[in-house]
Amino acid sequence: MAKTGLHDDCALIGMAESDVGIVPDKTPRELCVQVTLDAVRDAGLTLEDVDGLITCNAFAEPIMYHAEAVAEYLGWQPKHCVTVNTGGGTTFMAIKMAAAAIAAGMAHTIVIAMADSLRSHMTREQAMVVQSSSGHPHYEQPYGPTVPAYYALLARAHMDRFGTTEEHFAYAAVSCRAWASQHPKAQKRDPISVEDVMGSRPIADPLKVLDCSLVSDGGAAVVITRGDRVSGSKQKPIYLLGYGEGHAYEHISQASDLTTSAAVMSGQAAYADSGLTPNDMDLLQLYDCFTPALLIQIEDLGFCAKGEGGDWLASGISQPGGHKPLNTHGGMLSYCHPGNPGAMFGLTEAMLQLRGQAGARQLSGINTALCHAQGGIMSSHATLILGNEDPS
Amino acid sequence: MSRPIPRPSPTEQPFYEACARGELKLQYCKPCTRFLFYPRTHCDRCHSPQLDWEQVSGKGTIASYTVVRRAVSEAFTAPYIIALIDLAEGPRMMSQVINAEPDALAVGHTVSVDFAAWSDEIKLPVFRLQGVPSEADPSHHPDSEGKT
Repeated sequence: MAKTGLHDDCALIGMAESDVGIVPDKTPRELCVQVTLDAVRDAGLTLEDVDGLITCNAFAEPIMYHAEAVAEYLGWQPKHCVTVNTGGGTTFMAIKMAAAAIAAGMAHTIVIAMADSLRSHMTREQAMVVQSSSGHPHYEQPYGPTVPAYYALLARAHMDRFGTTEEHFAYAAVSCRAWASQHPKAQKRDPISVEDVMGSRPIADPLKVLDCSLVSDGGAAVVITRGDRVSGSKQKPIYLLGYGEGHAYEHISQASDLTTSAAVMSGQAAYADSGLTPNDMDLLQLYDCFTPALLIQIEDLGFCAKGEGGDWLASGISQPGGHKPLNTHGGMLSYCHPGNPGAMFGLTEAMLQLRGQAGARQLSGINTALCHAQGGIMSSHATLILGNEDPS
Repeated sequence: MSRPIPRPSPTEQPFYEACARGELKLQYCKPCTRFLFYPRTHCDRCHSPQLDWEQVSGKGTIASYTVVRRAVSEAFTAPYIIALIDLAEGPRMMSQVINAEPDALAVGHTVSVDFAAWSDEIKLPVFRLQGVPSEADPSHHPDSEGKT
């Protein structure tokens, strides 16, 4: 597979997160502005040093021209200003667009900033309806599917095909919570057991409430810059070693395969791009909107054979002390999930780990991280492989 | 808040007109010799615009299902069953399985179409459980084609 070439000459040099979880005192726009400034400051820069901005829209405060409005709020006139919206996959597709813009000479340093407030600035019913509106308006939504229901359809198909059990899914929630319990900012920190997950409130069979990600407020931003500007950066630069995408369908009822996703395509492209393999990955930051989505990604990204994701999770390999640490911030299941920005926290955590700044949960000897996100209902996938050593 | 009601485009109109009469009609692509769903202006395989509306059997099997315990909005009353149905003629559609006990459901069970009014004008296909498939029939499995 051909190299994308997008990443040969740029690195992530700044990052920031807002308060996460329940943050009622800030609007999504204010959170987006805050993390933009904080990420630029983290990089040791000022906005004068940055000539590009990429954002995504907020469900709780939709703005027709979002990136432009954020720039305006800051009194800033960036050369390159784009709003990206590919659902959960937005984060890494925005990184790709930033790297491509830099490679094309359209900008040299870009902030990617995202925030939303599904928890505090929408009612639960509004959040449910707006998210389920990803369903086809004529051939899905009239039947009343919820977002958990879409993922439950995938879970049931996986159980039927491979003998996966509800307990297998529960281990994904237990693993993320075990990591979150070590993170002082995580929205949910109390350790949970498989029995806790199994006994939690049914949402859409076979999924219970603890199989479902959080509804949160929060934002995060990163700064990416061209290679010739990396040297002397304030923070340890994090390099883009590989990138891949896969797009299979948009609506779940159009999926030709319910148990294997386009994460296969996305992951294979990223591995080929980086020259690395699943065995080379020191940290996995995957998209855990629902426990079965996490299990399917583990299989499709090559960390175990197809159908064995349940046993892989049950082995404890992904939990603190295991040798394939997964979502060390706690993921969207336990750390924060404000909607489209959800995967940003997977990225910022990977950067903290690769910089050696992850505090009590810092992994030792870590050089690589695989970040994966998906949008739609396991529809569109993006895989980003990061490293902390200059590949050139 | 009411349930979402389709507002059919001219392309989709024959589907909803058939539903209103209690018939399930799908588009058939002659060059590909296959049915497709949802309704389109072009075949999603060969992109021919020559699509014929034909009545189908209304028989299918459950490819997957879920019992929704927390309704999407006040317009729906939980629990209700959302399923992906593999129609005998090939295409897959999302629908509700009505009048079924959750414990009676399984992937591969056979269903047949019925129609339910969503508004004064719009009826939608829903499905009723028929029975369990024969053990000897491997074709019941939605992913039995070796797609891994």
